[in-house]
Amino acid sequence: MHSDSYILSLAIWVPIVAGVLTLFMSGDAQKNLARWTALVGSVLGLLVSLPLWVHFDNAAGGMQFSEFLPWISRFNINYSLGVDGFSTLLIILNSFTTILVVIAGWKVIEEKVSQYLAAFLIMSGLVNGVFAAMDAILFYLFFEAMLIPMFLIIGIWGGPRRVYAAFKFFLYTLLGSLLMLAAFIYLYNVTNGSFSILDFHKVPLGMAAQTVLFFAFFASFAVKVPMWPVHTWLPDAHVEAPTGGSVVLAAITLKIGAYGFLRFNLPIVPDASAALSGFMIALSLIAIVYIGFVALAQTDMKKLVAYSSISHMGFVTLGMFLFSGQQTGSAVGIEGSLVQMVSHGFISAAMFLCIGVLYDRVHSREIAAYGGVVNTMPKFAFFAVLFGMANAGLPGTSGFIGEFLVILAAMKINFWIAFAAATTLILGAAYTLWMVKRVIFGAVANDNVRALTDIDGREMLILSILAALVLAMGIYPKPFTDVMHVTVDTLIKHVATGKLN
Amino acid sequence: MNPQQINLASFNIGLASPEAALLALLCLIMVAHLFWARDKQEGRLLVSALVTLAITAGLVICVAMPPATGSVIAASNITPVQYAFTNMFVVDAMATLLKVSLLLAVAITIIYSRAYLAARQLFSGEFICLILFGTLGMMVMVSANHFVTLYLGLELLALSSYALVAFNRDSAKSTEAAMKYFILGALASGLLLYGISMVYGATGTLDVSRVAAVVAGSRANDPLLTFGIVFIVAGLAFKLGAVPFHMWIPDVYEGAPTAITLFVASAPKIAAFGFIMRILADALGGAVQDWQGMLVILAVLSMAIGNIVAVSQTNLKRMLAYSTISHMGFLLLGILAGTKNGYASSMFYIVTYVLTTLAAFGIILLLSRDGFEAENIDDLKGLNKRSPFFAVLMLFVMFSMAGIPVFVGFWAKLSVLEAVLNAGYTWLVVFAVLMSVIGAFYYLRVVKVMYFDPPTDTLPITAPLEMRAVLSVNALAILVLGIVPGGLMTACLNAIQKSF
Repeated sequence: MHSDSYILSLAIWVPIVAGVLTLFMSGDAQKNLARWTALVGSVLGLLVSLPLWVHFDNAAGGMQFSEFLPWISRFNINYSLGVDGFSTLLIILNSFTTILVVIAGWKVIEEKVSQYLAAFLIMSGLVNGVFAAMDAILFYLFFEAMLIPMFLIIGIWGGPRRVYAAFKFFLYTLLGSLLMLAAFIYLYNVTNGSFSILDFHKVPLGMAAQTVLFFAFFASFAVKVPMWPVHTWLPDAHVEAPTGGSVVLAAITLKIGAYGFLRFNLPIVPDASAALSGFMIALSLIAIVYIGFVALAQTDMKKLVAYSSISHMGFVTLGMFLFSGQQTGSAVGIEGSLVQMVSHGFISAAMFLCIGVLYDRVHSREIAAYGGVVNTMPKFAFFAVLFGMANAGLPGTSGFIGEFLVILAAMKINFWIAFAAATTLILGAAYTLWMVKRVIFGAVANDNVRALTDIDGREMLILSILAALVLAMGIYPKPFTDVMHVTVDTLIKHVATGKLN
Repeated sequence: MNPQQINLASFNIGLASPEAALLALLCLIMVAHLFWARDKQEGRLLVSALVTLAITAGLVICVAMPPATGSVIAASNITPVQYAFTNMFVVDAMATLLKVSLLLAVAITIIYSRAYLAARQLFSGEFICLILFGTLGMMVMVSANHFVTLYLGLELLALSSYALVAFNRDSAKSTEAAMKYFILGALASGLLLYGISMVYGATGTLDVSRVAAVVAGSRANDPLLTFGIVFIVAGLAFKLGAVPFHMWIPDVYEGAPTAITLFVASAPKIAAFGFIMRILADALGGAVQDWQGMLVILAVLSMAIGNIVAVSQTNLKRMLAYSTISHMGFLLLGILAGTKNGYASSMFYIVTYVLTTLAAFGIILLLSRDGFEAENIDDLKGLNKRSPFFAVLMLFVMFSMAGIPVFVGFWAKLSVLEAVLNAGYTWLVVFAVLMSVIGAFYYLRVVKVMYFDPPTDTLPITAPLEMRAVLSVNALAILVLGIVPGGLMTACLNAIQKSF
């Protein structure tokens, strides 16, 4: 094996190096220097990862842009990278989101600026590593190391209960991922000493082993997604995290959980995944319906969006486990999941940024503290309503495509699954639009709202880019789905074959 | 070996030259320092101690190399196992690697301790001599091939440690700690000796190689031997600080002056590992079924009690004491696997753990100053504001101890877990994993006070340059070894494969 290119390494290390550089600009006088360095670093990070999409061969199966470097011979651990149709878009999404976060924190963060920016940049590189790693231990390394910057982001720049939230976030995730590590070591023994994920895909496993492994992976990824009932860390973490932290959590880290299901559960334990698909569907539906109702009852905007994220991620997991026995049905489900992942990345980022815009001005996240914002912030209101609509799954926005595809796939299995899933179109509209109505429309509620100033150029820039992407993906999703077709088909064939024979 | 055959040449005295040199130089220091002027004593002691350690380390490496006969010295064929003093003393790859590590650890200990002890008028010739005597004991422990030699090394280390813990004789706390340490330590030595006498009864020899041969033969199921193993394991567990023989650890860690705690917590752990390997893996390797079950219990209890009790500690030294206990549980996991991979993993674990511990206590010593002991977790409050650099270093240490990648502690945990799973103890792996989640909590708490809390102590950090430099290298090594752990892992594996 050899390395085809160095694009993936660049996508991982450019942000990390930029982050470490930023760390050295810790003086008060160097705040602006740190900001510009971070911005340049994050833009470079996106530029070096763009070739992954542009030069991606849509027709080829398997891994592309592979890199291989022997690392630890004692355990046959290698620095092995590669992307397929699942990970390409997620890497781009992550690199892109990092730029937004850097810009969003430009004026808001005044304390320990360099550390704040460094944490996000390092985080960004590590997340790219998670998506690109083709060696299980390398994956685990990035997966865990990512917790450190996030822990610090929530704990240092977060809200009043930040310490509690940071600990809960860290320990919840750690518990799950350590069980996954045990599973990796088990597979290492079964494969006679290989940590390569592709070898894991091939190794035959009995049903009992598959079931145990399924739950070990489940413990790790279900927490990350998060699925009901292990979702409780998410609202806490979201509410306490600074805006940038919420954006990264919602747009990126939740996707890692879903990506894990695709990369590990489905291919490594296909038969257990098929056997337990009812269980996964049930949990997903609970997330979609029950959490949807929970979201309806929230009075805190961030919490509401956090619950809405859980509900939307329910669609992602639902789409992955719809085994209809028909090739096309399953494919539609998984593609729906992937589209939903990317789309949710845009929309949730946008929603949290909108809340951040209000919070920076009024310092309250309570819905009741607002009302009639449209009167003082018309431009902002336009974006808020647009993203609200997208969150509710309005056709023409990206939110619609993913949900529609998943419901379509569900319909092939069972009408009632599709029915339950479709209630989100009502529930989502209810909680989102009700919030939008209470916050944006109506008469000016109080003096705080009267004193609001409309968004400035910086905020305008971020929100416009996101709005453009949400609409583009809603109207013409083909460039996004083309990338994943072949990979999805390969996966489904692999799952259908199973490992028992 | 037949008594008639003994002659001076077969003693192979040269193999013990590092130990001999250490002893000679330390006696020299002991006498010479009395003639040094008071104001120059501190610097001279530091330099002479470091030079002594460097010479010893150099000799260790020279002795391990095969005689240069003009033939090509391939890196892979160094250190065949060599015996000296009619099989009482052995030099093999494991001993060499452990000796170099422990000498390095002692050197770092002395550098970190200097300013702290000097501020308390404790940095004296006696301190240096006791430490070096302890070091000599440790070197004998890892190189002994006879139960009597093993015991000799152990006692030399133990007696030096007792005296060091009581070194600040005006402190009631230190004296109490030393008293506890001494009484419990003596008890454990007694248990160990009793066990050794039973092994002698069962096998008729105290020579490690010959015990191994007898045990591997027909005597493996001898009840007398089994009883002996029980007492030996209890004695070893005490020295290591594994539950339920851990009671002395928290008191000694807390009561001793921090610099002494640093000594007790670091290099002797490496020696204890070598000691255990000589007895369990080498001499009693044939009776692995007998001691495996005992180690499982010790490991489980250590990981559970160590991690759970550490959560409720407010004193940083005490917290690190319980953390040590839990780490010793992990160390035992690799040994109980009973395979070469397992031993190598444990060896990697202990070397990297000592490196991490040195940095942890280094930070505590850094924050202490004349008349102020930084020993509560709260004393680290707001370290990120006071010194972002040292805060990051402490963050490395804590995350490494918690086993979070990319720090070296992760690789240590990964390799012992792999060995245990390979030995068929899946439940033990799951248990260990759950315990490390609990462990993560208290390490995170240290990170929390450093990063999330405002500082209460705003005085600038004053520490000598050489300490800052060594501490930085020490802590950065935790990260660097985390990124490229392969070399040390392979070195440990090679050492074990060549020695057993």
